[in-house]
Amino acid sequence: MPIFASLLGKLNFHALPHDTVTKGGAAMVVLSGIAVIGLLTYTKRWKWLWREWLTTVDPKKIGVMYIIVALVMLLRGLADAVLMRAQQATSVGAHHGVISDNTFQQVFSAHGTIMIFFVGMGLLFGLINLIVPLQIGARDVAFPTLNATSFWLFASGMALINLSLVIGEFSAAGWLAYPPLSELAYSPGVGVDYWIWALQIAGIGSLIAGINFLVTIIRMRAPGMSLMRMPMFVWSVLGTMALVIFAFPILTATLTMLALDRTLGMHFFTATSGGNPMMYVNLIWAWGHPEVYILVLPAFGVYSEVVATFSRKRLFGYRSMVWAIWAIVFLSFTVWLHHFFTMGAGADVNAFFGIMTMLIAVPTGVKIFNWLFTMYRGRINFASPMIWFLGFVFLFTMGGAAGVLMAVPPADFQVHNSLFLVAHFHTMIISGVVFGYLAGITYWFPKFFGFKLNERLGKLAAKCWIVGFILAFGPLYILGLMGATRRLDHYDASLGWQQLFIVAAVGVAIICVGVGFQILQLVVSIWQRKKTVDTTGDPWNGRTLEWSTRSPVPVYNFAIIPKVVGRDAFWAAKHSPKTQLKPSDYKDIRLPKNNPLGIIIGGLAFGMGFGIIWHIWWLSAVCLLGIIYAIIDRSTNDDTEYTIKADNIAKLEARPLIQEQLA
Amino acid sequence: MNETALSEKQLRQLEREEADSKTILGFWVYLMTDCLLFASLFATFAVLHNNTFGGPGAAELFSLSFVLAETLLLLTSSFTVGLAILLARQGRQRAVIFWLCLTFVLGAAFLGLELSEFHKLAQEGNSWRRSGFLSAFFTLVGTHGLHITAGLIWMAVMIKRVSVRGLGSVSLKRLTMLSLFWHFLDIVWIFIFTIVYLFGAVL
Repeated sequence: MPIFASLLGKLNFHALPHDTVTKGGAAMVVLSGIAVIGLLTYTKRWKWLWREWLTTVDPKKIGVMYIIVALVMLLRGLADAVLMRAQQATSVGAHHGVISDNTFQQVFSAHGTIMIFFVGMGLLFGLINLIVPLQIGARDVAFPTLNATSFWLFASGMALINLSLVIGEFSAAGWLAYPPLSELAYSPGVGVDYWIWALQIAGIGSLIAGINFLVTIIRMRAPGMSLMRMPMFVWSVLGTMALVIFAFPILTATLTMLALDRTLGMHFFTATSGGNPMMYVNLIWAWGHPEVYILVLPAFGVYSEVVATFSRKRLFGYRSMVWAIWAIVFLSFTVWLHHFFTMGAGADVNAFFGIMTMLIAVPTGVKIFNWLFTMYRGRINFASPMIWFLGFVFLFTMGGAAGVLMAVPPADFQVHNSLFLVAHFHTMIISGVVFGYLAGITYWFPKFFGFKLNERLGKLAAKCWIVGFILAFGPLYILGLMGATRRLDHYDASLGWQQLFIVAAVGVAIICVGVGFQILQLVVSIWQRKKTVDTTGDPWNGRTLEWSTRSPVPVYNFAIIPKVVGRDAFWAAKHSPKTQLKPSDYKDIRLPKNNPLGIIIGGLAFGMGFGIIWHIWWLSAVCLLGIIYAIIDRSTNDDTEYTIKADNIAKLEARPLIQEQLA
Repeated sequence: MNETALSEKQLRQLEREEADSKTILGFWVYLMTDCLLFASLFATFAVLHNNTFGGPGAAELFSLSFVLAETLLLLTSSFTVGLAILLARQGRQRAVIFWLCLTFVLGAAFLGLELSEFHKLAQEGNSWRRSGFLSAFFTLVGTHGLHITAGLIWMAVMIKRVSVRGLGSVSLKRLTMLSLFWHFLDIVWIFIFTIVYLFGAVL
């Protein structure tokens, strides 16, 4: 037995789930895994999947995979939210709700972690992969294989966090795992280790992707696209990637230190032996506050595209929009301390961070007004992306006002760690980030699949989300002011909070109806795709380059790289005289070959993380050596591209194309 | 410029240069992120450097002459890798391999000294478990050591590549990045030398 034990580290049969809710979750994970494997085997799609998707380096396919993962994780995060609302609506007085207090803690920790890292970041990089190369008139990203690696690191982090449902447990220390609670002394299980390694692996993927897209935008723009001619989405992504590059190394370092504390017995953040827990809080928010702008800036970019397109006007205040983005990028690094005014840093320090926090509302306000002025006297088409936008403008402004209120340190002392705060940041993240990316998915869906999503169901879904959101989080603002703290699994009946918690639960139920409409929308849209097929490549009367190529986008994006003469490049081209292309205008196109390096590194990183979590050291060592070997092996291969011949492209492009106007 | 006027070969050349500029820029950006990683560790060290929890501090633990030897080894290796790059641009394969091998030996010697210092500290009961200060010290210096290890593996791969495939454009590009990486580690070491060891001895 000792050999067996040393081979398996801390892993044994006790790691399997015990209580009902976790068992249910584990069953869901296992059953859906079996269902997917079964379906693939039954339809004999394994080879196709490997060749076309798992080894792909095409940013369009990688983007789709990011979004699929993120949407599945959105359902998981939503299930956690439903559990929390159900618990708080029923766990009052003599009743103790639907789940145990320990499970409740795991549920809120998982909810936050999943929603930020695996939904927000997934939708973000998914849309960036899909849209950025097209909007800058490029055929690819700067480092295609690295891009695939980023995705697979993200996916292996996601796999780890879901595995924690089946084997072991998840962190019960909140979504940012503050020490000393997250230290070994107070969280002896593997939960926090799952949290650390899921985030570490996914975070390194994000960091690599940040470098990749920064270089892509700086180096690969089409001829004529100067910086000040870039679409606003590309600008916002450039700002975001700068933030990723500056913020994510701090996360990597911080998580490493926490892991060293837990695994090797170091004393960075321990309560004894000279550790300093408040340093963790400083470090994690030095990453964490920029992170919220990482999530929201690309969503702002989506809104800028959506509002201009559906108002049929060029974006109001382009220059001020650009400056607002960079002001936000800069200021986002100067406000982190507002997450812990109560630390006791003193009045002067708190005042500085309070003022900076108020200042950051100014560029955000500039953006809000620019969107409204873009709509002013526009010919507005209230398509579903526009419904999401209207919900966003209303809710985001309200939530932002609550944020400015909390920027005042004495006011913050009153609502610190209360449901008021929870309501505030959900207002910002759901209306800002989630609505933004859902609007973006609806808007760009026809570009990649060749047909539009059902508008009626889309609008119904958006309306359910907006109404459900107001009902779910309105009561939390009030409860917060009444003194309800966050992460509460039980409260006394005499407090009189239950009615408001029930209203909030009803709100979440309405959001679930909205999600139901979205699933229905997807099914109905695929079913009736012939009705909404997009033959023009430009279903919304768009303004930017992605609409100039065919739908679905060919593998090479553009048969001929467009020449850009101004902002809103495609709009200008549509309204200028056409030139006819000859077959001889096409040139050979070189594209990167598919290769499995990304999925190999992702899989090995998963094994390495799993080994460290359970102290199965041989597994971690083997996986690490495997990663090094895979990289070295790849570096000996200089033949990484293939050519599509010009006459093939001429054949593929035989259909008359609006893109010809650009050449 | 008329693109059709370019020959196929020139086009390939143009593409290659463009791709190289992407790779080099990307590598610079990566080095910046690494710089921030070290910055976080330096900040942590600065916060924790007095948290000795009754254990020994920097002045009692470190020998400046030992660190000077380490520093000289690493600085010399930075010089030799620079020579290797200069010679690589002239296409002198055998000389490049020689100077890369010498760099490798110097780097490995540095790493050996560092590990022996770690070993000695641990033997005396002053491992990373002892105090917040020592945790920060081992992590900061050890992270630099890990980077050196990665650099050595990379260098070994490049020595093999240059001796088998010669000095093509891909090899040159990778050698350029390797030397950037090595110089970067040198600069980080200068900061470690100053902040950890010199300040530790003086303050």
